[in-house]
Amino acid sequence: MGEYSIFSVAREALRGHSGWKPTWRDAAPKPDYDIVIIGGGGHGLATAYYLAKEYGNARVAVLEKGWIGGGNVGRNTTIVRSNYLLPGNIPFYELSMKLWEGLEQDINYNAMVSQRGILNLYHSDAQRDAYARRGNAMRLHGVDSELLDQSAVRQMVPFLNFDNARFPIHGGLLQRRGGTVRHDAVAWGYARAADRRGVDIIQNCEVKGFRIEDNRVVGVETSRGFIGAKKVGMAVAGNSSRVAAMAGLKLPIESHVLQAFVSESIKPFIDGVVTFGAGHFYISQSDKGGLVFGGDLDGYNSYAQRGALPVVEDVCEGGMALMPRIGRVRLLRSWGGIMDMSMDGSPFIDRTPIQGLYFNGGWCYGGFKATPASGLCFAHLIARDQTHDVAKAYRLDRFATGHAIDEKGMGPHPNLH
Amino acid sequence: MRITCPCCGERALDEFAYYGDASVKRPDIASPTAMADFVAYSFDRVNAAGPHRELWYHSAGCHLWLVVTRNVANHEILNVEPARDVARATQQLPTPGRGSA
Repeated sequence: MGEYSIFSVAREALRGHSGWKPTWRDAAPKPDYDIVIIGGGGHGLATAYYLAKEYGNARVAVLEKGWIGGGNVGRNTTIVRSNYLLPGNIPFYELSMKLWEGLEQDINYNAMVSQRGILNLYHSDAQRDAYARRGNAMRLHGVDSELLDQSAVRQMVPFLNFDNARFPIHGGLLQRRGGTVRHDAVAWGYARAADRRGVDIIQNCEVKGFRIEDNRVVGVETSRGFIGAKKVGMAVAGNSSRVAAMAGLKLPIESHVLQAFVSESIKPFIDGVVTFGAGHFYISQSDKGGLVFGGDLDGYNSYAQRGALPVVEDVCEGGMALMPRIGRVRLLRSWGGIMDMSMDGSPFIDRTPIQGLYFNGGWCYGGFKATPASGLCFAHLIARDQTHDVAKAYRLDRFATGHAIDEKGMGPHPNLH
Repeated sequence: MRITCPCCGERALDEFAYYGDASVKRPDIASPTAMADFVAYSFDRVNAAGPHRELWYHSAGCHLWLVVTRNVANHEILNVEPARDVARATQQLPTPGRGSA
């Protein structure tokens, strides 16, 4: 398969699109690999890609229990941003943003990276001060951010309910480099790019257990037989506790369901991503025209990939408070995704107590934006057995040592992060 | 998902507040391993995809704390008990009216 370009599109147009080949090989498992990545979602595929590209010529396989793009990478609301507050988070998410900016050239795949801006609205003087602090923290780390007053927000999104009696909109914190990325294309693009560098992507291959000898992992038992491996990386957020339990590990994670919603397609309406600061509601418009929005977790442990009506109502109330004109738009679809909610709302990229077994998870509801940096840092950790500089804070033992990264200040209550 | 409160009957989910895993037990602070025990108690969770014992508070109802056993793989509620009964049964707390210390 050659490079994708305007010339390949034109050539195929002339010959009736008869020359396209499968985007990646349907690889069968080999008896053993140097490195096995469990989980063919965005993070696992990105890890495999960066392992192949940046860290030498190890024999790498990605094991996916279903099909590529069928998990959380296809269930999120596609937002990318790096507007974090805490030192442990900002450099990591900013590296991710920089990788997003160069991703399409890097992997030769149109992921529809669209830096349409993300605007977090504030509704009180106290909230303005908190956002000013966040914006300053970002700028001190070299990340773009602008604090807008009400008139500047009115120019950007004139149709908001600025004079809402309870939650008047006073302004917003804008990250212009934030935006959206086509989530399926991220999975497909990384899969193709990894495949082209020799990574075996093995679908319909569920890990059923680990083979561990003398506290060192030597391979995984799968639905397609035993696969030997010198090193194994877990990238199965949503199901991290279940997979880790097969290796005898107990994690500081609970699984929770987060719902998302898409409306019918309408004409171009919202340019960027807008979030409501007085409730929990965020919205953007897809290139197909649907309004993509969501809000809070349902708030109780779940593996069921569906939520309940109280949160549907709460999210829609947030939307109506923010922009009453969406009230007559019909809801097309809603769905739930299972989040690894960690005890402080921040992720893990770390070794485990088992030699050769590495862990990537705890992404809460922020995993999609982290995909490139997560892959790069996890690849770095697995290949060199050293933590990447920007992922140093994401340790599994950080609760024991008092180094929690609690961006929202909620304490060890996963349903509140 | 609806919860049948032992006091109020079957009620809508938004009458209840969720507190989390009811299976964790507060460790003995005098134990030599208390520090590690409290870290595990505060942060580590089994988080299996099956029956889960969890604490709910009937905040818009009778204000009873409940231990709900719920299959988190499909949201089926298997059992609901008042948390005080569970505490009495498992920790031998004094029972009112029986004169125990």
